[in-house]
Amino acid sequence: MDTSELRDLIKMFEQAAITELEYDVEGVKIRLKKDMSQTPAADANPKAASQPASEKASVEEQERSAESPELPVIESPMVGVFYRSSAPDVPPFVEPSDYVAEGQTICIIEAMKIMNEIPAPMSGKLVQTLVGNGEPVEFGQPLFVLEPVQV
Amino acid sequence: MFNSILIANRGEIALRIVRACKEMGIRSVAVHSEADFESLHVQYADADICIGSAHSSESYLHIPSIISAAEIADVAAIHPGYGFLAENARFAEICRSCNIVFIGPAVEVIQLAGNKIEARRVMREHGIPVVPGSDGIVSSSEEALDVAHKIGFPVIIKAAAGGGGRGMRAAHNDASLVNAFTTAQTEAEAAFGDRSVYVEKLIDNGRHVEFQILGDKHGNVVHLGERECTIQRRYQKLMEEAPSTALDPKLRKAMGKAAIEAARAVNYDNAGTIEFLLDERGKFYFLEFNSRIQVEHPVTEEVTGIDIVKEQIRLAAGERLGFTQRDININGWSIECRIFAEDPDNGFCPCPGQITQFNVPGGPGIRIDTHVCEGYTVPSYYDPLLAKVIAWGRNRDEALKRAVRAMEETVIEGVPTTVSLTLRILRDRRFQVGNINTSFVESLLLTKRSSGRM
Repeated sequence: MDTSELRDLIKMFEQAAITELEYDVEGVKIRLKKDMSQTPAADANPKAASQPASEKASVEEQERSAESPELPVIESPMVGVFYRSSAPDVPPFVEPSDYVAEGQTICIIEAMKIMNEIPAPMSGKLVQTLVGNGEPVEFGQPLFVLEPVQV
Repeated sequence: MFNSILIANRGEIALRIVRACKEMGIRSVAVHSEADFESLHVQYADADICIGSAHSSESYLHIPSIISAAEIADVAAIHPGYGFLAENARFAEICRSCNIVFIGPAVEVIQLAGNKIEARRVMREHGIPVVPGSDGIVSSSEEALDVAHKIGFPVIIKAAAGGGGRGMRAAHNDASLVNAFTTAQTEAEAAFGDRSVYVEKLIDNGRHVEFQILGDKHGNVVHLGERECTIQRRYQKLMEEAPSTALDPKLRKAMGKAAIEAARAVNYDNAGTIEFLLDERGKFYFLEFNSRIQVEHPVTEEVTGIDIVKEQIRLAAGERLGFTQRDININGWSIECRIFAEDPDNGFCPCPGQITQFNVPGGPGIRIDTHVCEGYTVPSYYDPLLAKVIAWGRNRDEALKRAVRAMEETVIEGVPTTVSLTLRILRDRRFQVGNINTSFVESLLLTKRSSGRM
């Protein structure tokens, strides 16, 4: 299975009304799991959109949903407000299915009026952005799901 | 009144502040490190934000993270607790510039409290007796020797930017003075980033008596009586009580008056503590003042019925003091025992680990301030205070009996604790009659070692 087929599988799985899928064919084994309450939106996980400053459980839910494809996750290195692009009318730094290089700026987190450009700690293909534009994020909060790319 | 408060602290004091917020209908926002996700105060607060990794420098001491959290949570005020940033003037300044109310006194007062030499000078100017010592920083061992000869041995070399019992070295003669001087400087540099030291007379067998003060922003100041904090080990308090056995009503009145004068001398507002040293002849001297809520505040709360944390919040919100000095009565006696995850048989080394059993005492006159429960993992990153057991009684004898009962009922398994040492102190004849001084614990420990008893 190549990566585009994998991406299709993931997309299909997200839309389907099943919570778990296991694929084991010719030495390729893939297991996908998700929480039923997740909507099939391509980005902005609605749970992640809830403010961390409001009531409990949002962190655990975000972690669960970010885990669902069991792909690596980029976590927030600081507390602040998450922005997908450098300005309101400018396209986002990265969109799902973009290739992301290690060190590349993937978002901005604003803290104390300073716009911090956040570099990607690893390279890969962006699968999902978990936080909505302008949402507050806490330290360690999952921001992006990346799919590691075979070199 | 504030609609929300961010608690920039952890452990038992963070829980204490969350409790006050709950009672006042104020939304509590707990910021915490990755090591404190399961902490009681985080679970109990209305909202929580993880601000950094376990190391204090990256979380509880990391000002940008705390301010950023305050902004995204849109809080009106920050309560800094004690320790961490509670006495950090820069943090208070940043709060001020971000239009967040820092629950504590003004920036300038915090700065003065942190400058021991300057604080002594201000007190001297206002006619408040201070411990005899150098007029300012002593920059050489020759100068230190001069001062020591003038005021007489023994002396103590103290860090100007110090506190918490660190950066202090005693000297009983010329030879030990030179050594003490350089050691104190090095320690001061390491602990506070400032090697400035000054010299004070070391008052042997002195008693550490401190007065709790409250001031509003309208010029009203009251004191809530004294606390006796003489039971210390290496300048760290183990037990405190209110009132003090060393004060009769006349002395209490005189020291209380001095405490209020001291507060006024520095334009104090919010909650604070004026520390005095009381010598064997009943003479008292200003030592320093602290611009934060203190760990041992519960004993004052128990004997006065005043909730100091709620008062801090009210006063920070600009309210007037709701009572005058005449309204404040000391009722009964209170003793607080601090329990640390430290091994007294192993040099009091802090022992992180998981608490496998945690039975806290109860019954009449017992209050427990703790963030710990069974299954809690004591992290290695922070101070090892586990709990405060506070006993109240109609008189000292009853408070003492309750404290003994409470400590006997306390069962903590999984980490070594100082419970047994505290019981030894409580049962000691001298402690029971109130005959104590600052070398009490050390002499008790020496007796134990020499007799070989466990």
